[in-house]
Amino acid sequence: MNPRERFARTVTDLLDEDRSVALVYAEISGQLFRAAERRHPDRVVNVGIREQLLVNVGAGMALTGLRPVVHTFASFLVERAFEQVKLGFNHQDVGGVLVSAGGSYDNPGGGRTHQAPGDVALIDTLPGWTIWTPGHADEVEAALRTAVAGDGRDYVRVAEQQNSRAHPVQPGRMHVVRRGGRATVVAVGPMLDPVLAATAGLDVSVLYASSIRPFDAAALRSVLWVPDVVLVEPYLAGTSARLVDEALVDQPHRVLSLGVGREELRRYGTAAEHQAAHRLDPAGLRRSIAGFLETGVSAA
Amino acid sequence: MTTTDLLRTTSYGDLRRLMGLMTGDEKHTAAATSTLDVIWVLYDKVLDVTPETVHDPRRDRFLLSKGHGPMAYYAVLAAKGFLPEEWLADWTSFDSPLGHHPDRVLVPGVEISSGSLGHGFPLAVGTALGLRAQGIDSRVVVLVGDAELDEGSNHEAMALAAALGLDRLTVVVVDNASASFGRSARLAGMFGAERWEVRDVDGRDHDALEQAFTAPADSRPRVVIARVEDTA
Repeated sequence: MNPRERFARTVTDLLDEDRSVALVYAEISGQLFRAAERRHPDRVVNVGIREQLLVNVGAGMALTGLRPVVHTFASFLVERAFEQVKLGFNHQDVGGVLVSAGGSYDNPGGGRTHQAPGDVALIDTLPGWTIWTPGHADEVEAALRTAVAGDGRDYVRVAEQQNSRAHPVQPGRMHVVRRGGRATVVAVGPMLDPVLAATAGLDVSVLYASSIRPFDAAALRSVLWVPDVVLVEPYLAGTSARLVDEALVDQPHRVLSLGVGREELRRYGTAAEHQAAHRLDPAGLRRSIAGFLETGVSAA
Repeated sequence: MTTTDLLRTTSYGDLRRLMGLMTGDEKHTAAATSTLDVIWVLYDKVLDVTPETVHDPRRDRFLLSKGHGPMAYYAVLAAKGFLPEEWLADWTSFDSPLGHHPDRVLVPGVEISSGSLGHGFPLAVGTALGLRAQGIDSRVVVLVGDAELDEGSNHEAMALAAALGLDRLTVVVVDNASASFGRSARLAGMFGAERWEVRDVDGRDHDALEQAFTAPADSRPRVVIARVEDTA
């Protein structure tokens, strides 16, 4: 079961378990919601191809006390309907769980219209969102269950790429995968396996984030031996750099921000090819990280 | 409405004085008062909501989508006891909860924070769906301006509300013919094409407004087109 199917199964279970949960979607993934729709016709709403409406219908349901799960591709959920996210949820001061699919390049043949590497950076302009970046189908379920059980504003980024194993999922907590003496590499969501492959034999610490907001500054500081940090994010490069700077404001430090580039590639092909083009495959990461270690003052 | 509420209720004739507290005089532009009669009739005759029930899940909801020129709204809320009259004179100051666009977090009785056009109608559809899912048959009334209907998000909401048969949802379009590319003559047809029940009334006629809002519902959402003098 891939992460998106796991999301659909979990939200279906949550609709069965909790009468305050509602699901709003806009055609996308509808094939995965048939059973939920049959069992809960009033709490599962397909709004058609109407993403502005999608987000505000979720917010309107939240105004009545329901816990809405709002779903479509990231490009339409966050980018197209961004003002609805800002006003419908933040400004109305209601909670909700936005769940995107598609990520940065899950649909490489779809081209730029279906790629949303800027989604996390956009959500990050708004206060108070918990941002989940599960790197495994099991983590999708854990993240969604935790998010829905709360009453805040949650963004769950469901992407196709997975790590070989799941890690514990806690909001705003990073997991120490290994400790080393030189730089600290923060691997976000599906970037963990490539990071572990890329840093084999390097004396670095690796932190894993299945949720990236709130940013776990305490975990970063706890493993930091020398103040060199490498961020590896499966979306726009540099999205979390400001929080590394905040965490290390009391000391000179270096940050290498790796992630999806700003440039529009205008390429199709496979997700693996896009990963390599953004130098997020093990070979590309190895070159970037090794170069960063070599040039650092701390390397001397 | 209880007897206590009736005793506290200020009359329609007092609204201009209340608005004067905000604007410093008792003369108001048509834009500022275009919504006055509609909002008064809703709170005085139609909606089942009082200052005591603003958090009751079963209250009726009024959503002011067209958040511009909210003096009439604030005046009615003050007249009906939702907010203290003393707030009005100081409105839009740094410390005042009353801005040029209402904020539900700051003002008791305000259901949505508005100001950016085209959000209230979709929020109202979500509210109506949320209430229906919980078996609550409260009414949801959302006020939009005729020019606000330029925003495409309204048309997404219009289509879905009819498709899902949201018969507890009412849209009131205050039509002061302010859209640059006017469609006053086509408003009824536009909603009618999406299979809405259409009521077209004089937006200053209290009896006609009350009748349009309270006539028995059929299985469709209703639009009340309230015609008021144009701004020109």
